[in-house]
Amino acid sequence: MPKVRIPRKRIFIDMTAMCDVAFLLLNFLLLTSNFVKPEAVQVAAPSSISEIKMPETNILEVIVDADGKVFFGIDNQEERKELLMRFADQYGLSFSAKEIKEFSLVNSFGVPANKLKAFLDLPSDDKGLKENALGIPCDSLNNQFKDWVQFARKINPEMVIAIKADRKTPFPKIKRVMDTLRELRENRYHLITNLEEPPSDI
Amino acid sequence: MSEIVAQNRGQKKKGRQKKLSTRVDFTPMVDLGFLLITFFMLSTSLNKPQTMEIIMPSGDKVEESEQTQVRESNAVTILLGKNDKIYYYFGLATAEKTPDLKQTTYAPDGIRNLLLQRNATVVQQIQQLKALRAQKRLSEDEFKKQVVEVKKNKQAPVVMIKSTDDASYENLVDILDEMQICNIARYAIVDINDYDKELITNVENPDAGQQ
Repeated sequence: MPKVRIPRKRIFIDMTAMCDVAFLLLNFLLLTSNFVKPEAVQVAAPSSISEIKMPETNILEVIVDADGKVFFGIDNQEERKELLMRFADQYGLSFSAKEIKEFSLVNSFGVPANKLKAFLDLPSDDKGLKENALGIPCDSLNNQFKDWVQFARKINPEMVIAIKADRKTPFPKIKRVMDTLRELRENRYHLITNLEEPPSDI
Repeated sequence: MSEIVAQNRGQKKKGRQKKLSTRVDFTPMVDLGFLLITFFMLSTSLNKPQTMEIIMPSGDKVEESEQTQVRESNAVTILLGKNDKIYYYFGLATAEKTPDLKQTTYAPDGIRNLLLQRNATVVQQIQQLKALRAQKRLSEDEFKKQVVEVKKNKQAPVVMIKSTDDASYENLVDILDEMQICNIARYAIVDINDYDKELITNVENPDAGQQ
């Protein structure tokens, strides 16, 4: 008797279509999203119904954390270099080419002028550490924050000031920042918020 | 893993080249694709942050004659207190008349209700405009223009926001938000003075105020 042989069928699924879909999605994500920039400090912004989008370039970002410490950052790397030069001139500091390069890679920072050099010499992984989040002095006697804003403004007058503060930041600290901006005659600025659903009945 | 299915059923014939299927298994490629997708999903942010635009009064001294006078009937003063409390009074505080300070909350039935009532005419007009827009009888540009016009109403309340040192940033954003919700065009963040602080302490502990 001949053996009954069940013919073995190869299962072969054509994955080409699946592959197309995967890369299509990948393309879409790449084009629509922007990378999360590491920031000097994490803040939880309050929510508002305002729907104005943040401009993509020319932003001067001021971050105020829950303790009222001030952080500062601009988005253009070339402008960052120039900013550091001007700041160094004003405060009589000198930076090596490596430190200037390092500064241009820092998205936002919060260190007083005397700690700046040490901060730039740190390896980039340590820059985000809590003990380096000192805050830029912003009181009436020693207002380095004012100088930063002033110089950034001179380098690029088109810059938009955006304040990002934590929900729990006490009002006097915010007021201090706002007053500083007022002294510089910067009366238009943005407050960064999260989107909240507007009430439907109004 | 990629396999090539050789079709060599039957006997090989001489002189004929072996026919090889050119099917390539795409499974690893798909794996790679989805891996990259996962990576980008985790490392990027899709939504841009929202912002709120504010224009602060400049610090320049303004001549008294040029100052805009707030009509007493329109003025509303909002004081932001600690622990998410709001105090408000209508009219202007003068030496002769102590304003009637009341307390409210950030909830929709608190300060929002109140401001909507004060701003009823403007809110109503804007609602009519919105209805027209919904019926496509008004273009978007025209709608915006009309809204600006409506907000210029002289009877609309003028809100002065004064924050105590105990208020948080969230309180400030919330109250600015309410201005937008209630269609109030004229508002300002003003420095708090001792008089207002005193009013709050009087409300918080009424006994101490009477003594």
